[in-house]
Amino acid sequence: MTDTKVPTVAPADDVGGGFGRVSGRGDSVFRGLATSSGYLIMAALAGVAVFLLVEGWPALTASGVQAYGKDNIVVYVWPLLFGTLLAAVLALVLAVPLALGVALVISHYAPRPAARTLGYLIDLLAAIPSVIYGLWGIGFLAPKILPSYQWLQDSLGFLPFFRGPALSGRTILTATIVLAIMALPIITAICREVFSQTPRMNEEAALALGATRWEMIKMTVFPYSRSGIVSAIMLGLGRALGETMAVAMVLSATGIITVNLISTQNPSTIAANIALNFGNASGTKINVLIFSGLVLFVVTFAVNFLGRWVATRGKVEG
Amino acid sequence: MTTPIITRPPTERAALPLTTPQLPALAPLLAALMAGGLALLAGLLLAWPWVAMVVLGWWLYLVVLPTWSLLLEGRRKAVDRLMTGLVWSTFALAMLPLVSLIWQVLVRGLPALNGQFLTYSMRNVIGEGGGIYHAIIGTTLITGLATLISVPVGILCAIYLVEYSAGGRIARAVTFLVDVMTGIPSIVAGLFAYALFVLILGPGVRMGFGGAVALSVLMIPIVVRATEEMLKLVPDELREASYALGVPKWRTIVKVVLPTALSGIVTGVTLAIARVAGETAPLLIIAGATTSVNWNPFAERMATLPVFIFSSITEQGRYPEAQTERAWGAALVLIIIVMSLNLIARVVGRVFAPKTGR
Repeated sequence: MTDTKVPTVAPADDVGGGFGRVSGRGDSVFRGLATSSGYLIMAALAGVAVFLLVEGWPALTASGVQAYGKDNIVVYVWPLLFGTLLAAVLALVLAVPLALGVALVISHYAPRPAARTLGYLIDLLAAIPSVIYGLWGIGFLAPKILPSYQWLQDSLGFLPFFRGPALSGRTILTATIVLAIMALPIITAICREVFSQTPRMNEEAALALGATRWEMIKMTVFPYSRSGIVSAIMLGLGRALGETMAVAMVLSATGIITVNLISTQNPSTIAANIALNFGNASGTKINVLIFSGLVLFVVTFAVNFLGRWVATRGKVEG
Repeated sequence: MTTPIITRPPTERAALPLTTPQLPALAPLLAALMAGGLALLAGLLLAWPWVAMVVLGWWLYLVVLPTWSLLLEGRRKAVDRLMTGLVWSTFALAMLPLVSLIWQVLVRGLPALNGQFLTYSMRNVIGEGGGIYHAIIGTTLITGLATLISVPVGILCAIYLVEYSAGGRIARAVTFLVDVMTGIPSIVAGLFAYALFVLILGPGVRMGFGGAVALSVLMIPIVVRATEEMLKLVPDELREASYALGVPKWRTIVKVVLPTALSGIVTGVTLAIARVAGETAPLLIIAGATTSVNWNPFAERMATLPVFIFSSITEQGRYPEAQTERAWGAALVLIIIVMSLNLIARVVGRVFAPKTGR
């Protein structure tokens, strides 16, 4: 990595090097270091995929006890993937409207000096470690929220989502709420950035035509930041998909497929399943868990990739 | 179809007033007082819990003010007032978990904090007593090692992107991949480190250094992003002045560009440290959990604060109260560490802000 390349073009002294041209040994060493760091990052990302593939590969043939009593790897991973997607998508359903509102408060509603402080408060939400969210979820939220689950079961029990029985607060819905709280600051951060980039002229034109503040936001801010919002949602989804500790601690999972959100039997998620089982796993079970991690990696990579792609495309057009 | 504009009597148009009635500036306050008073009254009469009163008051406010506005100002203003109320309530709603979480951690964590808790490990402790000394050591070592790996690589990569690559195709690919890398789930980073060290050292490997590698995967993109932003803020005039004096490019970067951007880079690095210090999942995979102090990051399991919290909750054994109390105590210590790192970052960023033209 730190091999000193012999300079091919540069003269031995600095004379005639031009503005900031590469000249002398020091420059080539430094340039080599910087460039190899760039390549190292590409290698690291490729390495994540390659090493997971190498260690996950033996899981493809695993069955029976080795695959936690499932016939093959697909049967094992599919319920987990379902739980992961269910929890993440529901978390976004809760988080996105909130995040849009919070971003609007910071970018358009709050007075300028206060907006900075409010933004800092939301950043604090992002700074809290996920394991503490998990602790809060299991120690405070789950017991406190149980009465409202019983109310949901009594009044909305005819819906498949709230069939119950609501006997414990450690359900997929509680995990979803915690996930939503954790995804909120990310979505907010990007949205408020995009919202505040709305051209001032557009906003003032709308206001000058007599639009109320909400109409101004609807006519100028939202259309301008549509691609930004989409990419923020994608990145929030990526975060919610990969979040481990909160789900692992809050959820009492049985690993079934169900849309019943408040029962005692809950689908698990890939990340939480790895966290809970990795310590006791051995032999092919480790490969099975790593394979499920690979599936998670591919899904989050795709989601993040799409999000960034939408963001850059929006930038070019806007 | 008839032509309504022509058939409309001209008198109606003339009757349209040029000014419209408006609610007084204090209207939101009045509506809030009214809603709050009604909710308080109803709550006291029916002996409701205070949560129900707050919810009722909030709903009443969202109904009262727009209705009043609808009657006096018309539909558009009413919608605007309703949306203002809704938008602000999203913010209040988002603050609820933050306040509740910090309050809970303080109230439940403070009783656990004492001298023994901070200076004893969990070795041979059953039931009451013991402490998190081993976990604090582990967190410090692993986070420190991760910083040692990530900061040089991250800063050099940012220098490559800003100073050397000139926006080429590889640079754009690296920028994009760094973006995507920020979204890698932390547990996948842990699995990556595990898979890497299993290939080198054989199955069942657990060590602190592996945790540092996993954390670096999460930390490098944050450092690159922060440094890149800061380097871009350094004005080109400074670089050109340095070149004009005949200083080679690498010395220009080291002596002119980096010092100018230093405060921003320190802020970014500190925020990145705060972010990974609280990571649990990768350390759970590769560093494992133990009850003893381990000073050697290259061998054996190493306890860390986040993993300590997790295992205290998931493996309660015969003394769940003691385990839970220690978990909240450790959570308080962890939150203090992370928050002070955040505070340091903000202070550094504010006080030593780069003296550029912007």
